[in-house]
Order: sequence, then structure tokens, then C-alpha cells
Amino acid sequence: MSVVEVNGLSKIYDGGLEALKSVSLRIEKGEILALLGPNGAGKTTLISALCGISSPTSGTAQVGGYDIATQYRKARCLIGLVPQEVALEPFERVINTVRFSRGLFGKARDDALIERILRQLSLWDKRHSRINALSGGMKRRVLIAKALCHEPRVLFLDEPTAGVDVELRRDMWQIVRGLKADGVTIILTTHYIEEAEAIADRVGIINKGELLLVEEKNALMARMGRKTLRIDLQAPVSAVPTTLVGYDLELSPDGTSLSYHYDTSGNGTGITRLLQALAQEGLGLRDIQTTQSSLEEIFVSLVAEGTG
Amino acid sequence: MNFQAVKAIYIYEMKRFFRTLMESLLSPVISTSLYFVVFGAAIGSRIDQVEGVAYGAFIVPGLIMLSVMTQSISNASFAIYFPKFIGTIFELLSAPVNAFEIVLGYVGAAATKSFVIGVIILITARFFVEIHIQHPLAMLAFLTLTCLSFSLFGFIIGIWARDFQQLQLIPLLIITPMVFLGGSFYSISMLPPAWQSISLFNPVVYLISGFRWSFFGTADVAIGLSLLAILGFTALCLSLIWLIFKTGYRIKS
Repeated sequence: MSVVEVNGLSKIYDGGLEALKSVSLRIEKGEILALLGPNGAGKTTLISALCGISSPTSGTAQVGGYDIATQYRKARCLIGLVPQEVALEPFERVINTVRFSRGLFGKARDDALIERILRQLSLWDKRHSRINALSGGMKRRVLIAKALCHEPRVLFLDEPTAGVDVELRRDMWQIVRGLKADGVTIILTTHYIEEAEAIADRVGIINKGELLLVEEKNALMARMGRKTLRIDLQAPVSAVPTTLVGYDLELSPDGTSLSYHYDTSGNGTGITRLLQALAQEGLGLRDIQTTQSSLEEIFVSLVAEGTG
Repeated sequence: MNFQAVKAIYIYEMKRFFRTLMESLLSPVISTSLYFVVFGAAIGSRIDQVEGVAYGAFIVPGLIMLSVMTQSISNASFAIYFPKFIGTIFELLSAPVNAFEIVLGYVGAAATKSFVIGVIILITARFFVEIHIQHPLAMLAFLTLTCLSFSLFGFIIGIWARDFQQLQLIPLLIITPMVFLGGSFYSISMLPPAWQSISLFNPVVYLISGFRWSFFGTADVAIGLSLLAILGFTALCLSLIWLIFKTGYRIKS
């Protein structure tokens, strides 16, 4: 059974803005789902609706089999939320704010657990520091600690690495992978495509309140991935030989390399024929390499299609 | 019922109080002492007695009410406005708690703080004047109900306020005049008849009168009416809060 089930969830704000258009989604236990989308796409609205911060206009959702509206207590006990904005009480001490979060979720005080979480997030030494004395990255860790301290089974991370340095980003990914290993289901929103590429099992693309697609990351990349074959020539040429025009080759400005675009999902890639044609032309090859288009390019082409 | 959550909110809020203990306690003690110097010693020496009570002692219940009402409102309104302002309210909204538990935690803490302040003012007053409390249980009941109802009212203001100006607006424009004109420093019977009638539309008159009755056994209005007034005010605030959470007014989009 899916741990999160969203059925036809819509959100229309008072001003008439349709932030979510009948979104349906299933998230399996223990997977990492990355929701990709430009700013204002509806990522945060979706998370807010699932976590109880805003009320959906229509549609239903279940978390762990519990309806988020009628069985909100049981549903919310399973959910941890790391918001996009760093919202923390500036004068409070780290350990107090984390203990508060655990209590708020109805759990009895557990110092050993909180120590483990704070150590895992490299916050233990800072536990008695006031929030306003922490760096931006540390504050984000505190938000994660607060979200984890009631042992959620589903964790929503709303742009966890926005404005975070490279080192912390890698740490964050490590933490997310560790949680996945513990069986926690993770839904993260991001507009860093490399983030989705690095840690997600599945990718959902959302734009203008619509979920354009949800697919396994690798399958998505394989399906949509165009590959490019770059052929470096031994001697530069001034133009693409006429016999090769049908291959739609791109000649580099200095005339030393040719690029050939092909689709792996097609029946034939045409590489064999191209290489034979090159040999017949008498062009010597110095090197060949292939590159696969990144999620970013897939994303841009999808969003452009959606708006076009 | 999520008792852990109520406890967590309550303790968290009380910690804020203890963190600023000196400010929290020192200011009511100082302001009470100032009132005694001004009204008790300077002016009071020219006023003999009010309804058979020395003026210095007569103003004690009013002084306590003045502080308790304003402190309840400012404590409770700030407690819920602050999370809204800095954004930490998301945590409350996403937690497995209902409106009743949230209110119990915040209003409970705000009411406790103002109760403590009320008691401290009473103790301070004893250094200046001799006070004998005729109905201690009624006194405690009135004090508790006032702390509670005005904390509830403060909670509503905190939810309603969109900025710090609005947070100050109602206490400044409505509550302070109502408390000052509610007989904190005088008996309604000292006013001209027309003003006496107008005063009866001021709900604070009933609260101060009832509280004063518990001290000295004399009152401007019947004690039953006073009790009804405070219970009615509490009920009104409770229904407003119920409405706020039912509609998500200014807390949930």
C-alpha cells in the first residue's frame, strides 16, 4: 500500500489563484520522491495542504492510511516537515526548541533520542546555543532536528538545500539517504535538478499547479534522454561532407569535431551507419564520446512544452 | 487529547517568562509602588475614606485588576502573534493538536503569568497598606477568572493583529480607558449620577467591583452581577476562539 495517497487535490486561494489543479499522486514506502518545478509551481502548496498548514479546496489525501482531514491526529503523527523558510524563535536554545517539537507531537521526553539526532546533525555541541547565534546552515539543521525528533515515517523537505553551501548540501543528501535506509519515506521539493538526480528514486515535475509527470528517475532519463555522440576528427574539416548531411551533424566552429544527436528509446541509433559513412568519407577519428542530457534539460523541455 | 502538546506549549511559554523574570516581575512591583506613592501617599492623604476603607487600601483591588488585565492581554496576544510573525506557527498547524489544546497551552501559560503578577502586587501592597481580605476564596476565584478571560481575549487580539501596531491598538485604545474608567481608583458612587449610569455599560466596572467586594465586602454593583459579567465575558471569548479555529481566520489559508 502506498504510504501517501493524494486524490484530486485542488487548492484555489481566496484571490482566485488556482495553485493546485486536481493533483493525484501515490508515494511508496521508503522511497525518495523529488518534486521539481519552477518558483510558484505549487510545490509548497502541495506540501502545506498535506501537512495541515493550508486547507485544500477539494480532493482528499491519506498518509499511512489515515485521512489528513478526518484522522489528522494519526496522519500528522507520521509526518515531519522541514519548511522552506528558516522559521525559528531567535532567542530560544537549540535543545529546548527541539524538545518542544517532540512534545507538540505528543511524544514523551526522550533525551537519548534527541542526543542521537543532534549528534547526527552535528548540532550536539551547539545544543545550548541560542538560535540567533547560529549560522544559516546550522539553523537549517535545527529545522531538520525539529522535524525528526518525533520519529516521523514520512518526511517532507521543502527546498532543504536552497541557499546552502556545497558541503552542507552533500551532508544533507547523506542524511536523507540515511533516513531512507531507516525506512523513512521522503518527499523533497527542489529546483536544483542535480539534487533530484543525485538522491531521488522518482521525480515528479510540477508546473502551474499541475503534476506533469511522475516517473522513476532512471526511466525518465532513459525515456527522455537524448544522447549526443561527439566525434573528434584527426584533421579539421571546413564543412560537413555532403554525404553526411542526412545525419543532421553539428560541426564545431574550429572544424575538429562533429556532434550527432540520437535517441536511445528509438529502434536504431544510427551510430553504426554514421561511423561507416565517416570511414567511407576517409575521415580519421581521434576520439569519440557520448553524453546523456541531464534532468535539467528534460525539465526545461517539459515545462516549455506545458507552457507552449 | 494530546496532553504532551499542552504541556510542551505551557512549559515553553513559561520558560520565556522565567528567562525574563526580572523584567516580568520588577516592572509590576515598581509601577505598583509608584501608584502607592502618587495615589496612596500624595493624593490619598487628602482623601479620607471610601466606603469605610482607607483610600490606600481601597485602590489595591483596582491596581491588581489593572495590572492583571493588561498583563493577560499583552502576554497572550504576544504569545500567539510572535509565532505568526516569525513563521514558527507552521509547526503548530502541522502538529497533531486541536484548537482546544493550543488555547489551553498558550492561554494557560499567559493566565498563570498574570496570576503570579497579581499575587506579587498584592504582596507589594502589603508593604504600604494594611489589607484584610474578607472573602479569600471569592478573591482567588475572581482573580483566576479575570486572568483567564483576559488571556483568552489577548489570544484573540494576537490572532487578529496583522502587525505590531494592531497588537497595541486594542489594549491602548479600549482596554486602558475601560480599566481606568472602571473604578480602579475610585468608587462609581463618587461620580455624578449621569456618569454612574454610563459607567454601568463598562464591563470592567463589574469585574473591579466584584473583586473589591471580595476584599472589603462593599461593592458598586451586586456581586451576582459581577460574577455573571466575568462568566459572560469568558464565554464570549471562548466562542470567538471557537469560531477562529473553525474558519481558520488569519491563521490558515
